[in-house]
Amino acid sequence: MSRLIVGPFNRVEGDLEVTLDCADGVVRAAHVNAPMYRGFEQILQGKLAHDALVLVPRICGICSVSQSVAGARALADLARVVPPPNGQHAINLMLATENLADHLTHFYAFFMPDFCRPVYADQPWHSEAQRRFLPGHGEQTRVALAARQRAFTLLGTLGGKWPHTQAIEPGGSTRAIDAAERVRLRAKLREWRAFLEQHLFADTLERVNAIDRLDALWRWHAQQPEAGDLRFFLTLARATGLAGLGAGPGRCLSYGTYPQPDGTLALPAGVWQMQPGGAQVLPLQTDCISEDASRSWLESGRAGEPVARHPWSGLTRPAPDKADAYTWNKAPRWAGQVVETGALARQLVAGQPLLSEAVAQHGCTVLTRVLARALELAQVLPQMEQWLRAIRPGEPFCIPAPLPESGQGMGLTEAARGSLGHWVVLQQGRIANYQIVAPTSWNFSPRDAAGVPGALEQALVGAPVRPGEDTPVAVQHIVRSFDPCMVCTVH
Amino acid sequence: MNVLWLQAGGCGGCSMSLLCADTPDFHAHLRAAGIELLWHPSLSLASGSEVLELLQRCADGRQPLDALCIEGSLLRGPNGTGRFHVLAGTGVPMIDWVRRLAARARHVVAVGSCAAWGGVTAAGDNPTDACGLQYEDERPGGLLGAEFRSASGLPVINIAGCPTHPSWVLDTLAALAADELTAADLDTLARPRFYADQLVHHGCTRNEYYEFKASAEKPSDLGCLMEHMGCKGTQVHADCNIRLWNGEGSCTRGGYACIACTEPGFQEPGHAFDQTPKFAGIPIGLPTDMPKAWFIALASLSKSATPKRVRDNAVADHLVQKPALRRTRTK
Repeated sequence: MSRLIVGPFNRVEGDLEVTLDCADGVVRAAHVNAPMYRGFEQILQGKLAHDALVLVPRICGICSVSQSVAGARALADLARVVPPPNGQHAINLMLATENLADHLTHFYAFFMPDFCRPVYADQPWHSEAQRRFLPGHGEQTRVALAARQRAFTLLGTLGGKWPHTQAIEPGGSTRAIDAAERVRLRAKLREWRAFLEQHLFADTLERVNAIDRLDALWRWHAQQPEAGDLRFFLTLARATGLAGLGAGPGRCLSYGTYPQPDGTLALPAGVWQMQPGGAQVLPLQTDCISEDASRSWLESGRAGEPVARHPWSGLTRPAPDKADAYTWNKAPRWAGQVVETGALARQLVAGQPLLSEAVAQHGCTVLTRVLARALELAQVLPQMEQWLRAIRPGEPFCIPAPLPESGQGMGLTEAARGSLGHWVVLQQGRIANYQIVAPTSWNFSPRDAAGVPGALEQALVGAPVRPGEDTPVAVQHIVRSFDPCMVCTVH
Repeated sequence: MNVLWLQAGGCGGCSMSLLCADTPDFHAHLRAAGIELLWHPSLSLASGSEVLELLQRCADGRQPLDALCIEGSLLRGPNGTGRFHVLAGTGVPMIDWVRRLAARARHVVAVGSCAAWGGVTAAGDNPTDACGLQYEDERPGGLLGAEFRSASGLPVINIAGCPTHPSWVLDTLAALAADELTAADLDTLARPRFYADQLVHHGCTRNEYYEFKASAEKPSDLGCLMEHMGCKGTQVHADCNIRLWNGEGSCTRGGYACIACTEPGFQEPGHAFDQTPKFAGIPIGLPTDMPKAWFIALASLSKSATPKRVRDNAVADHLVQKPALRRTRTK
């Protein structure tokens, strides 16, 4: 058995180190370390409740709107208010802009560059991968970064700036949109759609959304295998075996997101799990969520107290000298079990037919994770067009949301990379406890008290390590397929 | 000019903001300005051992380093060990890497308010003992010390903001690459004066409401945010309402207060972020360069002269009163 320590792990958000135990050319065990701690849960203690809305977006520069939404929703839960329809639509548009732009950044700037690595120089597709995706030079990366920049101009109008807008309030959005602005925003959505249809899909979003079977997907690919970056990804996925790489725990969580005025969620909540006779979706029970700090550089509580705590009573006190600990991340669990979260989880919980079949055949792996993000781009952009159309200029965007002196509130949402929850306990107008469970906290969790590895730790087992590799490329594909956000993880 | 960019104790938001730079070709924009990225955590191919080799060469002086950009606060805790942030793959605290690299760099640049002053990471009880490269809030010192000068003779250049604006960063780096940024181009807090010699108030679209002290009373109102909603735009150094964000945005245009994110210590204002602290009904933070008595006199006069249109619109989220149309031409 040999040991590799891989880091700094770049093209992820934040700091990541992975320790691999390898034998016979494969990874036998992995330990995932988030080597930075900032202490937001400590910083928030004693603050005025509303001040959290300035601080929590600053947990993360890549999913700051998600953090705002979770924080605002936790305060809205305390105030027992629901934003008016205009406010809901505006917030959904901001969140979707961030989430979809994130999928673009991930695909073009974080994930695809790995195919440009020298280890693949002898592959017939290598020069095409470099032409499209080489950092600093790739032609498709260039257009995608420009499309991303244009997409964020939606947030310039809707939220003043990105990242770290403060336009998201418990009672709605602070920036009312007038009729002329609605017209301009529609033009920006059309521009974004044009980029996706010309460059990523080389097809209309509607035709992409209509692909409902795996064989149909490969037929679509075979028609024009060089057209569009998603088809090129499918070519590479087949050539490098991504369908069988990086299988997760086979259990997926989504809090659901994009609440609508009729009380429904555009993407539903639930827990999907593989069963011997087929998959099933269980209702989301938030009282089943816990965090276990047994392998984290954090106090686990006094002897005799439960090791795993629900976020309402979560504890965050650094213990940097703790024996056997190896990360600043806690180990979130649902009903005591490891779950995976992200775009694939959202689509499986929603019963998306193509991904359900792909996962039945291959599992939750690198191929299905990347595919789920691309398909979510095709699926959500047309919904954004509808939400924008539903905005009624002149009607309110924000209602007053006076907070009680004491109580507790929960705010759940979906960031690009998965389920994000905030739990706040107020006493006499001040924050007595604030717990954040981020998507990558789930995916990159360490072992728990029972010794069960987290989702990525499981997904890395069996990854091939080529002779002489000290930063195995297969490990890079698997890690980046989760689109990790380490600054959120450890907050 | 080569640039090594590292992320310390921050959120990565200044890098993400940088990618929102207003250009159709981000990398060509850098190249045209003479900027070459040696390595950036989000934008480079190199990972793991390839990066460690580069960092080692920079630290040894084998690789000349023109500009060291640090994003995020420097985490000195626990107990001065720096173990709250260990550079992955090295076992060595980030603060040690930054000290070694800064000693070799021609220029040292703090990207964002965390690297400049400590920023949000230093809020509350500052659990990680976070500070800036050369400041701890407004006190000189920080990680590198008040006397630190990089090989160019300049102090740490503080491109403060939370996040910082992409073109503040690009313009600063382009000026350094062209050897056009001197000590005289930095303000007393070592911020580039091209943006820090402005106030957020300049160019604010709520100026007519400000003139008449027609004030917003709740989130999403159109009125001036200074009197009740915590806005510090008349005191804060930045050109956010002239050099807009993400196409056409700014905080005040987005409907919320300027919280002074380019200023040291903004993370602990000593009052609720969204409420204006007052004494005897008068905001205690009055516009920079204006005698208090005059402000009070003018405010009371302008309030009594406020047109109904301005007064009504100030407390609505859209125009409820339009400007009057006259039958005669404007004169």
